Amino acid sequence: MLTTSDMERLTSSPTPSAAELEKAYSKISVRDFDFFYGPAKVLHSISLEIPDQQVTALIGPSGCGKSTFIRSINRMNDIIPEARAKGAIRIDGKDIYAPETDVVELRRRVGMVFQKSNPFPKSIYDNIAYGLRIGGMHNKRELNELVEKSLIRAALWDEVKDRLNESAFALSGGQQQRLCIARALAVNPAVLLMDEPASALDPIATTKIEELIWDLKASYTIVIVTHNMQQAARVSDRTAFFMLGRLVEYADTKTIFMNPKEKMTEDYVTGRFG
Amino acid sequence: MQRHFDRDIEDLKDLLLRMGAMVEDAITQSIRALLERDTTLAEEVINNDGRIDQMELEIDRRTLELIAKMQPAAVDLRFVAAIMKITPELERIADLAQDVCERVIELNREPALKPMQAIPRLAQDAQTMVRQALDAFVRGDAVLARQVIAQDDNVDQQTEQSFRELLTYMLEDPRNISRAIRLTFIGKYFERMADGATNVCEMVVYLVEGKMIKHTPVAQNQ
Amino acid sequence: MTHTRRRRIISAVAEGLCAAAVILALIPLVMILFYVIKQGFSSLNWAFFTQMPKPVGEPGGGMANAIVGTLILIAIAAIFAVPIGCICGIHLSEFPESKFSSLVRFAADVLNGVPSIVIGMFAYGLVVLPVKRFSALAGGFALGVLMIPIVVRTTEELLRLVPPGLREGALALGATRSRAVFSVIVPAALPGILTGILVATARVAGETAPLLFTSFNNRYWTTNITQPMASLTVQVYTYANSPYDDWIRQAWAGAFLLVMIILTLSILSRLAVRRLERMNRP
Repeated sequence: MLTTSDMERLTSSPTPSAAELEKAYSKISVRDFDFFYGPAKVLHSISLEIPDQQVTALIGPSGCGKSTFIRSINRMNDIIPEARAKGAIRIDGKDIYAPETDVVELRRRVGMVFQKSNPFPKSIYDNIAYGLRIGGMHNKRELNELVEKSLIRAALWDEVKDRLNESAFALSGGQQQRLCIARALAVNPAVLLMDEPASALDPIATTKIEELIWDLKASYTIVIVTHNMQQAARVSDRTAFFMLGRLVEYADTKTIFMNPKEKMTEDYVTGRFG
Repeated sequence: MQRHFDRDIEDLKDLLLRMGAMVEDAITQSIRALLERDTTLAEEVINNDGRIDQMELEIDRRTLELIAKMQPAAVDLRFVAAIMKITPELERIADLAQDVCERVIELNREPALKPMQAIPRLAQDAQTMVRQALDAFVRGDAVLARQVIAQDDNVDQQTEQSFRELLTYMLEDPRNISRAIRLTFIGKYFERMADGATNVCEMVVYLVEGKMIKHTPVAQNQ
Repeated sequence: MTHTRRRRIISAVAEGLCAAAVILALIPLVMILFYVIKQGFSSLNWAFFTQMPKPVGEPGGGMANAIVGTLILIAIAAIFAVPIGCICGIHLSEFPESKFSSLVRFAADVLNGVPSIVIGMFAYGLVVLPVKRFSALAGGFALGVLMIPIVVRTTEELLRLVPPGLREGALALGATRSRAVFSVIVPAALPGILTGILVATARVAGETAPLLFTSFNNRYWTTNITQPMASLTVQVYTYANSPYDDWIRQAWAGAFLLVMIILTLSILSRLAVRRLERMNRP
């Protein structure tokens, strides 16, 4: 049984040394981030650095706060009435919770793919073009070009290039999810957030998505929430283990799955947890 | 479907083959050092052994990481198991070449014993077996692997033969004894290299066919 | 008797009772249809559709002006009620918890229950009296008021049914809230909303009472909406009350046509929904 002092010891963020501060700058910098749903505190003092051009996975049991945390990065939690955030999340050095932040602009720089694929009830073309159109692009040629580019990048172009005007719902589950990925990529975000992107898919579609993520990481900062530990091991470079709203351990994926520092982490990845 | 782990598997295979090449070189050079009584060459072999040991550590590290990240299944799993068992065998074979060279250095301090026939032949056979074992691994050739395993009996016989030959030298003249004993050791080392090659081949059969033929009598394996 | 056997018997009896109840409920509908078709179909002829009512006593003539009148009245009602009802429904679904929304919902429900003749009187006081003239505008207004509650409630319900994932997807792409609502959520609910509109239209197409003192009636051809206008329902009412066989015959034809119009609207709404749902079904 964990005591409060156990938890506090684990999550007190150490003051970074001068050397650490001078290290390579990270794309997303989280410092002492708290999150509340009304009176309930669901994230406690989260601090971590997420590097660019890598995949960072967030793992942990249900209700540990990983989904809440990832949705804080593009402030999707704002639409929940009693939600409140404290602390700073900096993307490219700018705090996204600063009062002058343009949330709409933030969401164009930070794209999101959801657990259950949610294509709009429009054609495949219109789905991809949606983000571009609300951004003000109406030139047919430009739209065509970017739609094609996004579908190629999401490894979907060959399968749909002849039927761009068909309804998005004509696609299979795995294709729909790749469509959602293409839709998110179309507005050229810097960061791609993925909340359990493959949990609703069959194994082959899952593998396709995982390979796609691997290919995409060269061009984006990718953060992925997954309840499937093996997927985190396969796909990510760094892994963060959350529990009860606290960040327990954050290290190279190899370290987490071969030789974690914290016993809680080890219990979780070996399945001894619970 | 292309998987990004395919590259990791290919990389591991390459590393193993590079290590295999280094081990083959060590054997070749140790045989030359023996036949040509070349102390310098023998010392070179002994010095190079450190590099082979480092390769074993590197392959071990990479293999464990691959298991942690990939959770391999079926042929991939057998591949990883094969790598983990073949690597130490190769390292042991390299150590045996090193041992041969140590005995060669000692031998070279005394004049050469009467020309032998059994040991050089034994050495060549062991060398061939190791080379063929590595070929079988590269090509996934279980048939070749089984052939190599079958040759082990032959090597054992040759070892016995060379021992008898050396025994006669020892009985002829007590001054031959120390050199003959060192040569006996050398014969034993080559025989154990052949055993190592056999073990490698057993893992190749496991990798290719999924059958574990370790510790089953040779007759059942044909 | 074993348990299983007894259960089967009870099940069969219950099924039989249900079937009987359905048949009983359908009897009036079938009888109406049958009677109206029998009486009305024979009276339908080309003249009915193209000619104006003849002066009293003269045989022949038709209800051309009434048919057109009904269509015009429905159009006015729709133009009035659809925007108001839809925007209202959108507001209710976007702000479901506010006091204002509860009030609006309550008001819509009350309005739904108000007798149509009372609404007609309301339209009379509001539109007819000030200009001292009956008009199609007044009639359309009355019908529109009748339509509003239906459109509001169906729009709200349908918007609520849109999966929240769609909203999240739009917001995550950088859409503002209103953009998300109008470019994604409303289009997603469109099949249902259109059904609601067609259902509301079908309902008011058959109304008579509110038209009696708003659009009144008109024996002549007109498409001027500031003038009184004939409508099928009022015309049927007038003719049915008359002593002339010819007029009574025409009343049956009118009734038949009314039933056909409503039937067609219902079928059209079904077809439209099915086609649009193909775009929508995940």
